[in-house]
Amino acid sequence: MSELFVLIPGRTSKQGCGISEGKFTDAYQSETTILQICPKDMQRLGLNEGDRVRLSSETGQVEVAVTAAKGDELPPGVLFIAYGDLSSRLMGGDTHGSGMPTSKGLDVALEKIA
Amino acid sequence: MSTATKNQAATDGSLKIVQDATCTFCGCVCDDIDLSVKDNHIVEAKRACVLGKSWFFNHYVDQRPSCLISGRPASIEEGIERAAKILAGAKYPIIYGLSDTTCEAQRIAVGIGDWIGGNVDTTTSVCHGPSGMAFQGVGEVTCSLGEIANRGDLIIFWGSNPAESHPRHFTKYSLMPKGMFLPNGRKDRTCVLVDVRKTKSAKAADIFLQIKPRKDFEALWILRALAQNLSLDPAEVEDETGVPLSAWQDLMGRMKQAKFGVLLFGMGLTMTRGKHLNSEALLALVRDMNAYTRFVAKPMRGHGNVTGADNVVSWQTGYPFGVNMSRGYPRFNPGEYTTADTLARREADAAMIIASDPMSNFSQAARERLLAIPYISLDPKETPTTRGATVAFTTATYGINTAGTVYRMDDVPIPLRPAFDSPHPSDFEILSGIERRVKALKAAVRL
Ligand code: SF4
Repeated sequence: MSELFVLIPGRTSKQGCGISEGKFTDAYQSETTILQICPKDMQRLGLNEGDRVRLSSETGQVEVAVTAAKGDELPPGVLFIAYGDLSSRLMGGDTHGSGMPTSKGLDVALEKIA
Repeated sequence: MSTATKNQAATDGSLKIVQDATCTFCGCVCDDIDLSVKDNHIVEAKRACVLGKSWFFNHYVDQRPSCLISGRPASIEEGIERAAKILAGAKYPIIYGLSDTTCEAQRIAVGIGDWIGGNVDTTTSVCHGPSGMAFQGVGEVTCSLGEIANRGDLIIFWGSNPAESHPRHFTKYSLMPKGMFLPNGRKDRTCVLVDVRKTKSAKAADIFLQIKPRKDFEALWILRALAQNLSLDPAEVEDETGVPLSAWQDLMGRMKQAKFGVLLFGMGLTMTRGKHLNSEALLALVRDMNAYTRFVAKPMRGHGNVTGADNVVSWQTGYPFGVNMSRGYPRFNPGEYTTADTLARREADAAMIIASDPMSNFSQAARERLLAIPYISLDPKETPTTRGATVAFTTATYGINTAGTVYRMDDVPIPLRPAFDSPHPSDFEILSGIERRVKALKAAVRL
């Protein structure tokens, strides 16, 4: 069973530092391959820290581990991931005549990997 | 420059202090950093934020050769020759990146674009490119960061998270400074944050408005309506934006009462559905506000010299990004000449990527195309983009190893004060070499 969410990729301090430390370092890799989800949604979907989920957008599909977003940083229904290879895989190539692919506020289906 | 690397810089163990060095990690371009340098390593970076410290401390001289052709070490001359042949022989070559290098290097890159009749596009197209389009449609009522520090008594951040992306913006420019007309600094200012997420920046704000995802355009038009004193249906407003009408009315009241209002906006607007229309709505709101008080807008620019790229490409071609030179004169058309499109549509048949990493940041379709065509990369560090390049130049880092000019996010040019030499050539040197060869190759064809 999958459920629809809105995904927001963005900058984090750790991801920003990771660019300087090197994109092949563990720090950058782990920061850009973890999905934040609001604690309420996690509970509702029976997800625990580190559980893996499949995210599918119109153009791509990735598998990623989840973590609870801190405090009330994320409202229910919204996911966050640091910019990186995974977030780019979910982004479409079409820019709708703007030069900018829709890179934030992506519709994604989230499915728990058994 | 005839061998793979130049001579190593001296490493005698002495401590060198570089005062007022410039950090080029983000668009704040802080030029008050005191660096301590020992054995070609920066050991202290006074006043730098966490991102700036990471930028300086992790700067080591990359031991990779200055030039790799198909993954094998080669001389710089061979690399330049190969690069020039790739670019001069292509039907639809593209030049992309440019936001993390000096204005001097950017200027040469545009020249190469002209010689080869290709596209010149910068990372602006995938950050504030939509705002660039909006500026052309609506205009930008704006000011320098210094004016914000001295006058801004209402500071609104919209779709931006400076606490994590521009950490010193609050302290240097927008919230904390005691300004000429704000003697009590933070106490004299009100800070509002509008965002979908309650980010780390919310702690710094007096008021946080959490809007529904993809409702920036609607929220901005609600404010435009309130500026005109139009009456709106409270239920509809709350349903659309997730924020009660009373909160928007309160904000509009503050905006009208402010002596000098500032709207600083981020990629929450430009990367979300609507894109340039979101930026247009915000710029139009700011323009409207000037009927009541002084109000300005400013995009929060990311890369250290992305603003320089806009300035240099505009100065040379008349347009800020997404420029095509194939007819011998510049044409501008985002969506057609922008790199995300020319790659994803499999139009470009050769590329030169300068100080940027599309192999990490672009869509899968665009990445696949880039890997399928010959391309040249210039980057101080190894990235997924440099790994796939036909010709990969390892270059000196701007600001740390090379001098030059960069533009702060408010279009103020700032000189760089390098800390130590690099054994690698600068972007400027490599691009100048490529330009010379491209010119000669193109001239030979015309004879
Ligand atoms: S705010 Fe930006 S420019 Fe200033 S020190 Fe931090 S990363 Fe560098």
